[in-house]
Amino acid sequence: MSRNASSSSVVGRKKANKISWFQQNQETAVDSLSRLMVEPGSSFLTWSVIGIALALPVCLLLFLQNLQQLNRSLDQAGNISLFMDIAISEAALENNRREIEAMEEVLTVTAISAETALAEFQATSGLGNVLENLDENPLPPVLVVTPAETALGSLPVLAGELDARPDVEYVQVDLEWVQRLFAIIGFAERLAAGLALLLGLGVILAVGNTVRLAIENRRDEILVMKLVGGTDAYVARPFLYTGIWYGIGGGLISILLVLIVFLFLSGPLSQLLTLYGSDYSLAGISVSNALLLLVTAGGLGFIGACVTVIRQLKNIEPA
Amino acid sequence: MIKFDSVSKRYSGGHEALLNVGFDLGAGEFAFLTGHSGAGKSTLLKLVMCMEKASGGQVIVNGKNLNRLSRRQLPYFRRDIGVVFQDHQLLFDRSVFDNVALPLLVAGYSNEDAARRVRAALDKVGLLKKENQNPIALSGGEQQRVGIARAVVNKPVLLLADEPTGNLDPELSAEIMDLFEQFNQVGTSVLIATHDMGLIDRNKHRVLTLEQGRLADSEDAA
Repeated sequence: MSRNASSSSVVGRKKANKISWFQQNQETAVDSLSRLMVEPGSSFLTWSVIGIALALPVCLLLFLQNLQQLNRSLDQAGNISLFMDIAISEAALENNRREIEAMEEVLTVTAISAETALAEFQATSGLGNVLENLDENPLPPVLVVTPAETALGSLPVLAGELDARPDVEYVQVDLEWVQRLFAIIGFAERLAAGLALLLGLGVILAVGNTVRLAIENRRDEILVMKLVGGTDAYVARPFLYTGIWYGIGGGLISILLVLIVFLFLSGPLSQLLTLYGSDYSLAGISVSNALLLLVTAGGLGFIGACVTVIRQLKNIEPA
Repeated sequence: MIKFDSVSKRYSGGHEALLNVGFDLGAGEFAFLTGHSGAGKSTLLKLVMCMEKASGGQVIVNGKNLNRLSRRQLPYFRRDIGVVFQDHQLLFDRSVFDNVALPLLVAGYSNEDAARRVRAALDKVGLLKKENQNPIALSGGEQQRVGIARAVVNKPVLLLADEPTGNLDPELSAEIMDLFEQFNQVGTSVLIATHDMGLIDRNKHRVLTLEQGRLADSEDAA
């Protein structure tokens, strides 16, 4: 009789209407979020900590992105002007132009004939009358070389090569400005990467510590859950979602902070750029980058929670 | 249902809680586990529900050798066993209903199905009207009954109880015992640890007596 009864209870269990893993996760996710909303004050503090930690490297990266864009828009900066032998024939000039343009490090070459140069000079310098009195054109023909982007880092080498050509009298390149800019960008990129790494680690630790407190607060509940047959995954799940929500909340705040920073800076910066004769406008955070930031933040929160949960839950065993 | 084969339990401090204990509790059987405080009753129950592992010998519960039960299998093993704790182990941050529902949620029951089973269990222990109250507002006897409802809500094949009538007056004790009898009648095996000899005398069942970690005469009173 007893055997029948116990097996019938097993059958009863099988008939039970169980919910799917996905549904369980969904419910846990919602429950974890609503728990955070119960204490909006302390949750907001954690979100802010994460938000600030994330906003810092993001701002720096965006700044660098803008700097590189700006560099592209100020494309003359990396140009090399070749002042040719004043006696060069037009055919030889064109030959030189083609040969240089065929070089791997060179994007385009524009030829400015002596006549064009003179006309331009007359028009822009205000010395038109004086120049008209000259017997012959004092200006040499010029080739303006736009280096390929890959060669921007090694302009001196390219300039040296071009200087070695027989028809080239003089090479002018605004090297210092380009080199400095590249050095600065390179340095700042390193800085941003290091900062991102460090602050990312900070986010993981911050979430980990907050989740640790949450676990301590629910210690009794965890014990009872384990006693009545909760799996490790079941017990851990709410805390993992808590970590993800902390991350995503922090990500939202960091996006907000980045937007504020850019609003704050864009006015003065565009004024500065206008003074430099550029019509470049500041690019903020794109929608796809904002989404990427949210996903990253959620991921960091998840990792932070994982680290704590794995360490912590093993120690909470009914005994 | 429970089979102990020369089981010993030595705690890390060197204290021998159980020494060469062997007994066999059949499916559907009802037995009392008795002995003085410190005789090893709680240790024995902990071994049965795998809160502790034996230092020597074999413990087989519900067909599973607990020495070889992995951490991964442990939760599923516990779902088949209902436990009533002396200190109730209720959660005071949620209602009576939610306390009783916990084993079902943990096992992934749908909300409707869980609600049906929870109400059935609460009805059985006579607390259906108090499902929305916080257990902290209930009396000791009522809390104990919530603990029992939680222990049986998942229809376990084995019901363990550690001093279930410990702090209750005789009348309430009798009510609680009556509940255990009813579960036993539908086939659940029951093992109750108690030092209340009056309780044991009133209910004629098999008695396992522990004396300083050893099993004394296992008499069949039934």
